[in-house]
Amino acid sequence: MAERTMIEAIRLALHEAMTEDDSVVVLGEDVGVDGGVFRATEGLHEEFGPWRVFDSPLAEAVIVGASVGMAIAGARPVCELQFSGFSYLGFHQLEEHAARMRWRSRGRFSVPMVVRMPYGAGVRALEHHSESKEVIFAHVPGLTTVIPSGPRSARALLAAAIRSPDPVVFLEPKSIYRSFREEVPDEPEVGDLRSARRVREGDDITLVAWGAMVRRTQEAADELADDGIECDVIDLRTVSPLDESSIVESAQRTGRVAIVHEAHRSFGPAGEIIARLVEQAFWQLEAPIARVTGYDVHVPYFAREQAYLPDGDRIAEAIRATVEEPS
Amino acid sequence: MGYAPGMPRSDIEIDLRLEEMHVLDENGDVDEDLDPGLDRDELIEMARVMLLARRFDERRLKLQQQGRIGTFAPVIGQEASQVGTVSALADSDWVVPSYRESAVALWRGASMTDLLLYDAGFNEGAQVEPESRDLPIAIPVGTQLPHAAGIGYVIAMRHAANGNGDENGNGDGSDVVMTFFGDGATSEGDVHEALNLAALRSLPVVFVCQNNQWAISTPVAGQTASATLAQKAVAYGMPGLRVDGNDILATRVAAAEAVARARAGDGPTFVECVTYRMAVHTTADDPSVYRDEDEVEQWKRRDPIDRLRTYMSNRDLAGDDDFEQLESSVSEQVADAVEQAEARFEELGDPAGMFDHVWAEPPPYVEAQRREVERRG
Repeated sequence: MAERTMIEAIRLALHEAMTEDDSVVVLGEDVGVDGGVFRATEGLHEEFGPWRVFDSPLAEAVIVGASVGMAIAGARPVCELQFSGFSYLGFHQLEEHAARMRWRSRGRFSVPMVVRMPYGAGVRALEHHSESKEVIFAHVPGLTTVIPSGPRSARALLAAAIRSPDPVVFLEPKSIYRSFREEVPDEPEVGDLRSARRVREGDDITLVAWGAMVRRTQEAADELADDGIECDVIDLRTVSPLDESSIVESAQRTGRVAIVHEAHRSFGPAGEIIARLVEQAFWQLEAPIARVTGYDVHVPYFAREQAYLPDGDRIAEAIRATVEEPS
Repeated sequence: MGYAPGMPRSDIEIDLRLEEMHVLDENGDVDEDLDPGLDRDELIEMARVMLLARRFDERRLKLQQQGRIGTFAPVIGQEASQVGTVSALADSDWVVPSYRESAVALWRGASMTDLLLYDAGFNEGAQVEPESRDLPIAIPVGTQLPHAAGIGYVIAMRHAANGNGDENGNGDGSDVVMTFFGDGATSEGDVHEALNLAALRSLPVVFVCQNNQWAISTPVAGQTASATLAQKAVAYGMPGLRVDGNDILATRVAAAEAVARARAGDGPTFVECVTYRMAVHTTADDPSVYRDEDEVEQWKRRDPIDRLRTYMSNRDLAGDDDFEQLESSVSEQVADAVEQAEARFEELGDPAGMFDHVWAEPPPYVEAQRREVERRG
C-alpha cells in the first residue's frame, strides 16, 4: 500500500482502466503530451498512444458530443473538461444526448462515458475556475454525479464510473488534488456509485458533506468531540442518484442534521437532502436542519474565496447551534 | 484604401461561389459523362422509397390534421437528397440523422408503424433494432454531428489497432458514418466543432447538408454570408461538393464519391444537396407568412420524383405501368402501416412506460415513483 495524493490516485485509476480494457479512450484539451493541466493523465499518451489518449481541439461541445458517439460505437470514453466552469459549453450534449440515448433508443444504444472535471474553489484561480454547480448535473435523469473526497475514494469511484453502463459526471475537487496523501491499496479497488459512506460514527448529530468539504467537516467534528459532541459524518460521494437511506437512517438515530457544501445555498443540493429528510425522518427530527454552504453570489475572485467557502468555524458554529437547540 | 497594403499575402476569394453539379436536368435529360449507370432494380427501388416517403408524408399530414398523430417534419421535396445519398452506404455503415430523415429511415428499412408511433407520442416508436447502426432522430439542431465524429473516431481507432489501415486508422474496408443536417444547422457551434474534428483526424464521416432553403422562416441568406454552404468545407481542410439535391443521380454520384473517400481512409467530405422544403417545417408552421407561393411553384417544376420517372421512361427502364404498380403497392403499404399503428396506440396505454430505459439500474426512489404511477394506472 502506498501513500498517494488524489491526483496520483486518479492517474492510477485511469492507468488501470486503460490497461484492463482497450476500449477505454481518454480525450480532452491538453490531456496527451502535456498530461493535463493538473497532470491527471500524465504518462498515458506515451504508453497508450495518440488514439487512446487524444489531445482534442479546444471545443467542449465536441469533446462531450464525440464521447457520446464513441460510447455508442462501443468505446468507453473518459473525457476531461479542463474546468467545470467551462462545462456549460458541452452541457447540452450531456442533457440532450448522453443522458437520454438509452431511453430514446429503448435500450439499443447506451452511453457508458465519464466526464471528468476539476471542480470547486480554493486554489487561487481565475473566474470560472472555482465553480461548484453539481446540482445542474444532478437534476438530469440518467446522469450520475460523483464527487470524491480524497485519494482512496477518487481511485475507487473513478474505476466504478468507467465501468458504469450509464454516463457519469466525475467532479474532482481541485483544492484537494495535492493537499494530503492517503493510503491507496495496490490492488484494484472498485467503489460503489450508489452508496454514501460513514466516515465517523456518533449519536449527537448527522453531518452530510462531500468533496473537499468532507475533510473540513471531519476536522470540525474532531474538535467538537473534545467538548463531548459526537458527530455521525457521512461522505455522500454520489450526489445523484442520492443514497437517501444512509442519510435517513442516521438522521432518525441522531435527530439533528447539518449539511455542508460548497455550492450556492438556494436551490442547492442541501435543499433536496432536507426534502428527503422531511419526508422520511420528520418525526425523529429534534431541531431545524442547518445548511453550511457557499453564498448565493458568484464565487468571488480568489482574494475572497476562503470567505465564500464553508470553513471549520462556520461548520462548528452550525453544529453547536443545532445540537444545543432544545428538543 | 486597402488594408495593410504592404503586407505579403495570398488572396482568399471571398466571392467564391461553388458550382452546383447536375446529372439530370429539369427535363430528365442526362449528362452521359456523369451518369452512374445504376441498374434497373436499384433505380426502381430508389423510386419506390421516394414515392413511399412522399405518400407516407401526405397521409401523415392528413392524420395530423385529424388529430390522430402529433406534429412531425415532412420530407416532401427532399426525397432525392436523402435516398440518393443514403443509397451509397453499405448496410453495415452508420447513419446519424436529424429529424427530417424519414426517406433515409425508409431506405434503411425502418417500419412506418414505428414512425407513426413516434408521431403519436409513444417512445416505443424510436426503438432501435438490436443490430441496427442507425441512431434515433436528434431534435436539437446540429447536435448529432459530434456523435458522427465520435463514431468515426472509434471506427478509425479500431482500424488502426487491427492493423488494417494506415497510421491514421483508415484504409480499405473501413466502415463509414453518414450524418444528415440542414442549412440552418450550419450556423450551429456543434456543426463547426464536429467538422473541424472530423477533418483534423481524417475520420470516415460523410456530412450531408440538405440545403432546403428555409430554416423555419429564415432563408439561407439569413444564416450566412457565404455564397454556398459546401465551400465552408475548404476552411476545415476537407473536400466540399455542391449538387442539385433534386437530382437523384447527382446526389448519388456525390455521396458515392464521399463514401469511397471515407472508406479508403482519405477522410470526411461535406456534401451540400441544394433542394427545397416543399411543405411546412413541421405541422405547427405556416409558410405563407414568410415565403411566396411563386417560389414553391418554381421548385415544383424540379420535383425529384418526376425527374427520376422521366429519366427511367426515356431509357425504357420503367413505363407508366411500372409507376402505377409502384403507386398502388406504396398506397397499400401506407394504409397497412396506419392500421397497424392505430391498433398499437390502443395497446400502449400504460403510462408507467415513461420509466423504461432511463437507467440501466434505476435508483430505488425512481422505482417508487414508477410504482406510484402503476398504482394510479
